[in-house]
Amino acid sequence: MRPGRAADPPPQARRPPAVAPVAPESAAPDAPDAPESAAPDAPVTAPVAAPVAADVDVRGLHHTFRPHGSREPVIALDGVDLHVPAGGFVSVVGPSGCGKSTLLRVLAGLLVPTGGTATVGGEDVRGRPGHVAYLPQRDLLLPWRRALANAVLGAELAGVPREEAQRRARPLFERFGLAGFERAWPWELSGGMRQRLALLRTFLLGAPVLVLDEPFAALDAITRRAMYAWLGEVWMDDRRTVLFVTHDVDEALTLADRVVVLSGRPGRVVTEVDVPMPRPRPATVVTEADVVERKRTLLEALGG
Amino acid sequence: MTRAETRGETPRAPRATSAPVPGAPLVAAQDRLAGSEPVAPPVVRGTVAGGTVVRARRSAGRHRARALLARWVPPLLLLAASIGAWELWVIVRRPPAYVLPSPGRIAAAAVDAAPGLPAHTATTLVEAVVGTAAGALAGVAVAVLIASVPLARRTVEPLLVASQTVPMIVLAPLLVLWFGLGLTPKIVVVALIGFFPVAVSTAGGLAGADPDLVDLVRSMGARPGQVLRVVRLPAAIPAFFAGLKIATAYAVAGAVVGEYVAGDRGLGIFITRSSNSFRVDRVFVAVIVIAALSALLYGLVGVAARRATPWLPPTTKERSR
Repeated sequence: MRPGRAADPPPQARRPPAVAPVAPESAAPDAPDAPESAAPDAPVTAPVAAPVAADVDVRGLHHTFRPHGSREPVIALDGVDLHVPAGGFVSVVGPSGCGKSTLLRVLAGLLVPTGGTATVGGEDVRGRPGHVAYLPQRDLLLPWRRALANAVLGAELAGVPREEAQRRARPLFERFGLAGFERAWPWELSGGMRQRLALLRTFLLGAPVLVLDEPFAALDAITRRAMYAWLGEVWMDDRRTVLFVTHDVDEALTLADRVVVLSGRPGRVVTEVDVPMPRPRPATVVTEADVVERKRTLLEALGG
Repeated sequence: MTRAETRGETPRAPRATSAPVPGAPLVAAQDRLAGSEPVAPPVVRGTVAGGTVVRARRSAGRHRARALLARWVPPLLLLAASIGAWELWVIVRRPPAYVLPSPGRIAAAAVDAAPGLPAHTATTLVEAVVGTAAGALAGVAVAVLIASVPLARRTVEPLLVASQTVPMIVLAPLLVLWFGLGLTPKIVVVALIGFFPVAVSTAGGLAGADPDLVDLVRSMGARPGQVLRVVRLPAAIPAFFAGLKIATAYAVAGAVVGEYVAGDRGLGIFITRSSNSFRVDRVFVAVIVIAALSALLYGLVGVAARRATPWLPPTTKERSR
């Protein structure tokens, strides 16, 4: 039912974009060494309601691990600093094995790093899942749940009654281009639809920060470009903080405000490039002279 | 327009939930029923007008009948030929009836024994079903324990795998000694037979759940119990049924062997008595009943497995059948 975005001035009903300077939490004086003050038993997953924008701050992140059957420890991350302002869209690019997935797993609370800090909205997230909405590389739909039941997974785990969770999820099926497929099994959906459903589920988590690990890597080029346009729109609607990992420089330039380049193993930040192009951005944005210039910088930083 | 474009791609097989075309889901269901035949009937799903759908449905019905014939006629012919050869052999060589009765004589014995057989069959069936259910429950419980408690995995799992080598049937005399002459020792034999395949298979299924799915729900803040309920248990359902099928295949035989040792009713008792009075024709009748019971239970487990996994795409189902 919703008309296209261009013809749709933001109505009052929609939350105003959380402009970074106004967001109270991110503007608060940062207290990097007071993360323990956070109540450890606070509900880990906020209900689906509108999230308050939060920033992501990673300082001196260092992680070493020993692969199975190997004596030599591997340094995955070697002192990574990264900041995503509240409501910002930052893309991380880097070669395979640069520790991008390690970085995201730390933010998702699945991995305790061997050194450094990682905070979301000022709260320590090391080993504490639930602060960010994490979308892993694969779409990872539960094959035994229909689309709607997959979408409400996060709410269900947080204890939201099923009826209530589904009532909130239904309108999003329209917005994510999945209307009419609420009762489909995952295998009945195309690759693009599966990915959108995974994104829908991630959005429904209600976390203020989305952490997306190469969400479009498995899609064909045409579907992928359609997804860029669509993700750009959806993001402009509610301006959550996004950290978006990709291999693809064009993808990063099309989507992000800022692109951070990680080096190959061990992962370090090599360079950062701002992308202040206006939105919505057409697919052709990557052919604009300013952007091509940035692309050259990025490719050189990647050693291309 | 961009939004419409993103939506433009077609899904693989729409269920027609929002705008059902009359008849279309039925056709889809039929061609799934059509069995393991890889050739799909010439059906254009969903989008067709009424007349075409009817024609397509009729042709799907014909196709299904042909598939059934192709599947069942050859083995039935072989069976009939074997019975004929047997009958012929008995007519020509005239072996004593207490060594090899003719098929005709076995059929007569079946009619003769018909009044008494149901009671024996019912007893054996109860032992097999209750025993398998108990064994499967215990198997799932142990599998969940192994999957949830690392210490249990390290201590119990090796023993579990090793103990599979013990043929449970040989324990029957011991169990009769412990549990008396009633139904209990037979149920215990069947439960022991069923426990191990279910436990081992289910434990494998629980442990083999996609680690990325586990990480995903953990990242959503799921507690270990929720990970088990939302990811591991559903992921283990196919493995559980694979174990249950093995358990079921041996359940009736286990009950019968338990009855051989001691008891007063059941197909094992019927066989012992018939054999003691040289009624080999009756023994054959019991053997046929046992085979039929096993096949029936096995088939029921297969149906239950398909009911319990509606999410599996039809092709996967065909393969796992």
